[in-house]
Amino acid sequence: MNTVAVVGFAHADTSLTTSGVETLVPVITAALADAGLGRREVDFWCSGSSDYLAGRAFSFVSAVDAIGAVPPIAESHVEMDAAWALYEAYLKILAGEAETALVYGFGKGTAGDLDRVLSLQLDPYTVAPLWPGAVSIAALQARLALDAGLFTEDDMARVAGRRAEGPYLSCPLREHDVARVADGVAAVVLAANDRARGLRERPARISGFAHRVDPQGLGERDLTTVPSAVAAARDAGVDGAVDVAALHAPFTHQELLLREVVRAGSYLPFGANAMFSAGLSRIGAAAGEVMSGRARTAVGHATSGPALQQNLVCVLEA
Amino acid sequence: MRRAAVLGTGQTEHRTRRTDVSMAGLCREAIDRALADAGTAWDQIDAVVLGKAPDLFEGVMMPELFLADAIGAAGKPLLRVHTAGSVGGATAIVATSLIRAGVHRRVLAVAFEKQSESNAMWALSIQPPFSAPITAGAGGYFAPHIRSYIRKSHAPEHIGALVAVKDRRNGALNPHAHLQQPDITLESVQRSPMLWDPIRYDETCPSSDGACAVVIGDQAAAEASSRQVAWIRATAMRTEPTFYSGKDHVNPRAGSTAARAVFKAAGIEDPLDDIDVAELYVPFSWFEPMWLENVGFVGQGQGWKLVESGETRIGGALPVNPSGGVLCSNPIGASGLLRFAEAAMQVMGRAGKHQVPGAATALGHAYGGGSQFFSMWVVGRQP
Amino acid sequence: MDTLAAPLTIAFDYTRSLGPVLGRFMAGLRERRVLGARTSDGRVHVPPLEYDPVTHEPVTDLVEVSPTGTVVSWTWNPRPVEGQPLDRPFGWALIRLDGADTPLLHAVDADELHTGMRVRIRWAAEGRGHIRDIECFEPGETGISEIAEDLEPVEIMTTPIRLHYQHTTSAEEDRYLRALEQGRIIGQRCPACRKVYVPPRVCPADGVAPDEVVEVADRGMVTTFCVVNVPFAGQRLTPPYVVAQVLLDGADIPISHLILGVEAGDVRMGMRVAAVWRDRSRWSTTPENIDHFEPTGEPDAPYESYAEHL
Repeated sequence: MNTVAVVGFAHADTSLTTSGVETLVPVITAALADAGLGRREVDFWCSGSSDYLAGRAFSFVSAVDAIGAVPPIAESHVEMDAAWALYEAYLKILAGEAETALVYGFGKGTAGDLDRVLSLQLDPYTVAPLWPGAVSIAALQARLALDAGLFTEDDMARVAGRRAEGPYLSCPLREHDVARVADGVAAVVLAANDRARGLRERPARISGFAHRVDPQGLGERDLTTVPSAVAAARDAGVDGAVDVAALHAPFTHQELLLREVVRAGSYLPFGANAMFSAGLSRIGAAAGEVMSGRARTAVGHATSGPALQQNLVCVLEA
Repeated sequence: MRRAAVLGTGQTEHRTRRTDVSMAGLCREAIDRALADAGTAWDQIDAVVLGKAPDLFEGVMMPELFLADAIGAAGKPLLRVHTAGSVGGATAIVATSLIRAGVHRRVLAVAFEKQSESNAMWALSIQPPFSAPITAGAGGYFAPHIRSYIRKSHAPEHIGALVAVKDRRNGALNPHAHLQQPDITLESVQRSPMLWDPIRYDETCPSSDGACAVVIGDQAAAEASSRQVAWIRATAMRTEPTFYSGKDHVNPRAGSTAARAVFKAAGIEDPLDDIDVAELYVPFSWFEPMWLENVGFVGQGQGWKLVESGETRIGGALPVNPSGGVLCSNPIGASGLLRFAEAAMQVMGRAGKHQVPGAATALGHAYGGGSQFFSMWVVGRQP
Repeated sequence: MDTLAAPLTIAFDYTRSLGPVLGRFMAGLRERRVLGARTSDGRVHVPPLEYDPVTHEPVTDLVEVSPTGTVVSWTWNPRPVEGQPLDRPFGWALIRLDGADTPLLHAVDADELHTGMRVRIRWAAEGRGHIRDIECFEPGETGISEIAEDLEPVEIMTTPIRLHYQHTTSAEEDRYLRALEQGRIIGQRCPACRKVYVPPRVCPADGVAPDEVVEVADRGMVTTFCVVNVPFAGQRLTPPYVVAQVLLDGADIPISHLILGVEAGDVRMGMRVAAVWRDRSRWSTTPENIDHFEPTGEPDAPYESYAEHL
């Protein structure tokens, strides 16, 4: 059975054009340079993005222009955070259908009102027609965790390096509890292990990779224990504490809930919420810790859907 | 490489408006039939892959999230694929990779489109600022390329109508097909209105609500099946840009490259001889001769001759689209998976009245975008 | 440099078919009754589940629950936005109705909220079989309204979706649009394959940014075309009309445009055409400055000269 490793990573949290193509070109180039791989040496390409961020159908199609796909390439796309595209690429290598892969994610989160757009992820019959917004949904989750005594508003503030004071944005969430919405592009290069060692001295080997989804209904799952994250971490073989973890938590209370699932010596701070590339960026950042020698074991995590409905865990080792 | 096989397939009754079901109900109609056909229980499904075309069609962002529970994915891994019109094929291929990677034993692939929730033409003609207001509609993109094909190949004008008659009559043998037109004739097609010259009304696909599902298993699951399975002998996906200088829109490189890859991996040397039946993604009749050439069944400029000879009918040398194809049912996101499922049904001997006798090896084919995303698989009675 | 940007609104009234379970739930709301789905484990789910999460069987057992319930969690929405139930500050809450085992999300019209608070449904003036038949919740208690008759399920509920975006152009698009404003058409050359792209863009064949700016002619040839005879949603012209691929002199890729000033049946592959610009006083940074193309009367271009663009 093949093992798979991360051998390159690049990202940009700069402002994107609506298509994203112009920002993707330098990021893809940088990720390939980081991996020491030529564009034509990539066996499989996979991406993650959303039409609802761009505000039009088939928005991922023009992004293919950034690849230079002549002659044609083996390629696929998920309408998910690109962390799940990374999982698809990982499968292709495991299955022996590819030896190398480049995965990219992109999204222009600032093009529309993201909080409102995300209402459309909710049940279209009984919830979305109320337009509750993503921050309000997260606030309901935070309240349940606070009421259960899992942590305090001070604990939440400390995740952001702040104190629990000042006005609420969406009670009990304050401004500092909510990650800034941003545009973003990220690219990660994978290689089968034998190939990986030829590409760089210290690839970040993927020792476990799994994801799960919970039922969406806010009354149909325990919003404070994140069962899908627990199951994904178990499937990925998370066992005891890793050196470092990069969690994809757009809200401070979600970071705290997830830290209960993934124990780590330290946690890389989550910056801006660049949807559809953010999860992939977390895995890239975790891999970067291993590739640089700063960590021996690391976890990259991605989430999707309202109130941590879907979770993915990638375990990386030197 | 590990082996994988289709254990069972299921599909909905495809109609213009399935107002009797919700989105979950539409998916479940296909899924329940696939599980029953596969003899698979819910708790045997390890993961779910859902395919669908643009979210704007249903007005739900990533609908697999709210559907997770109803489609049996809650607590399991769930992937959502979107590769434009080829997505149904890509969905089956991703599910196959999950098996071939050794991660799972049985995976459910489901694809759907509920076009009646909105209007696809509206969703596709949203005009971003600063773009030219040149709207031609769905057929308007492809009609110029059909004109180019006719010019390049010197095909006679009635070829498109011949394909339409064949596919619609095949569709009348398929109880799931949206359009049921057993009495269609060459003359009636040629009398139908010219929509996007050179495409006539009867040469275009309908707009459908529908879903399709397949259960894919590993070698042990396939060998444990009491019924014939469809062994997945090879899969391939290839992509090229929508436009680039010098792009061949009639014979796109991504299609021919994908076909060569899938045939090579399946050990097929002479496709016309070795493939018993092909389900090709033909949304406008003229794409049958174009894809016959692009896939490599015949040489350049020869596709229309195979059509004209009648050899692509059931009973011919290469039956194409015995299900009636996209010309009879087009739930966009599911259309590719329907092609892949029909190929499997043919080699499993479970295609009912549209069964091609003795079909042992079949090609499933899908494409999308501006003739740029291609997905294919070859399935057989034997591994 | 800030590139050109403009707003884009997408709006559609989606028609949601409901199926048997949601159809009965919405029919209940229309009659001011709340129905929950009873699953095999005896639990009652509001909003209803269509399929049993344990057995995966379709849910058939709908039972009435109270329009009064208890706040399980809440937040405050100080700035309501388009489409929300109330247009003044209100609370969002997860509310477990008496008789139900799961909470539903809705708005609460109250000055303050707390966990454990008792709230009841405030019904919309007129029921139409929609989740918005619940206008919102309000503090207080009320009993079940006992109406015995069977409910005819609602088949379709209409849900308007309206979203607003800001569309931003790339530097290349911006340059192209600003040239159009001056009545010029520019392309840019790919540094790798040397092809001139109009409009200029990242070279799709090579995946690299374009460099040299090249001015191209406002005339060229029709490579291929279609005659649009069919009306459809979003259409701007009355059929029949010709949409053609036009290869401008100096460009290496055709653009899509209208061919007017000639009978649709007389348009040919290889026909020479020129841009007809709209009145100069109306020029701005838009491709609409070119109204359409018309035949020039020059001899047709030979097939070989455009065959590689088909």
